Parts: sequence; C-alpha cells; structure tokens
Amino acid sequence: MTKAKQNAAQKQVTCACETAPKLIFPCSGSSDVGELADRAARMLTKTGAGRMYCLAGIGGRVSGIMESTKSAAKILVIDGCPHDCAGNTLRQAGFNKFEHLRLCDIGMAKGRSEVCDVSIQKVVEKGRAILEG
Amino acid sequence: MKKIQILGTGCPKCKLLMANVEAAVKALGTEATIEKVEKIQDIMKFAVMTTPALVVDGQVKSAGKVLSADDIKKMLA
Repeated sequence: MTKAKQNAAQKQVTCACETAPKLIFPCSGSSDVGELADRAARMLTKTGAGRMYCLAGIGGRVSGIMESTKSAAKILVIDGCPHDCAGNTLRQAGFNKFEHLRLCDIGMAKGRSEVCDVSIQKVVEKGRAILEG
Repeated sequence: MKKIQILGTGCPKCKLLMANVEAAVKALGTEATIEKVEKIQDIMKFAVMTTPALVVDGQVKSAGKVLSADDIKKMLA
C-alpha cells in the first residue's frame, strides 16, 4: 500500500476518541435523482460535512457496517424519489432515527432532473444544513 | 475455541477494551484467542468506520465504543 493510500485509509476509520462520524446513505439509484443523491453524498464527504457509507452493506447486514452505523453521531439518508428505498432499507435494518432528505421534496422530479453542478450543489447545501443542524 | 479480535490503532480506549475483553474471558473461563488488530489496512477489511471494535469469530459485535467486561461476558456467554 502506498503512503497516499495509507493516509486515505486512515481517514476512513475514526477512533472513538474522536467525535463519532456523521454518516450519509444516498439511495444511489439508477435514475437522474439517484445519481444526484450519490454525487451529492460524495461531495459532502470530500468537504468533510459527513461520510458516505455503503447502503448495500446495510441491506446485506455486513456486521462492521451495521455496528459502525449504530455508533454514528447522526445519519443522513438521501432519497431521490418517493419510493424512499434508502430510508426503507435503514428502517428494515432497525435504524429508525435518521434525517431524511428527499429530492422530490426540493423540486427534483425523477426523470426530469438534469445531473449538473448546479443541481448537485443544491443537494449538497441542503444536506450540509441538515448535518450541521 | 472463540477467536476474539480487537480493532484499533492503539489509543487508550482500544487498550481499555482489550483489558475488558481479557477480564471477561478470564471471568468466564472461556477458551479464546485474543488478537489485537492495529494495522489500518487490516482494520478496514472488517468494513468498520469507527474503532475500537470488537470482533468475535469474524463477526463485528461492536464498533466505536468501549464495552464493559460485564457487557462482553453477556456477549460471550
């Protein structure tokens, strides 16, 4: 492993001596709004507002992901469309306490939302406000 | 025999969890191997986001908290 990769890996894991992480679960669906949710979550991670985590790991009941999620300081779920797949995945895994950002509630309709910097930034700003609130 | 792993890079909380695990195993008289996993690349194989974490027979049982010896005893019993 290169030094850069080691440093990146170090940033992925938080010691409990530090503040518990704020985790972000986007639906990452195949539609335009799913892509917006995914790209906004990645941007929020890059800017340090929170950390994107694997929704598939919740669905697959991966023990490390389940236990880390239990210890999160805050959970932000970003769903693109009204099906609420990400939110329902969390609920079915027993996580009922989370903040829910639904892109359909902020004027982004499935199939009619351009994936562009302006739209991503709009989601990022909403997500950041929730994470910092 | 149980395989117990403590994931953590060596901070005081990781060491405290290790001590609590050792106390729990001793109190129960359980046959177990206890291993400290400190390399970040090895920790990441368990997909945890926070440490210290406790792994029993390959399953992550807790992450981001220091379980007491009593909590660990209940988990191992």
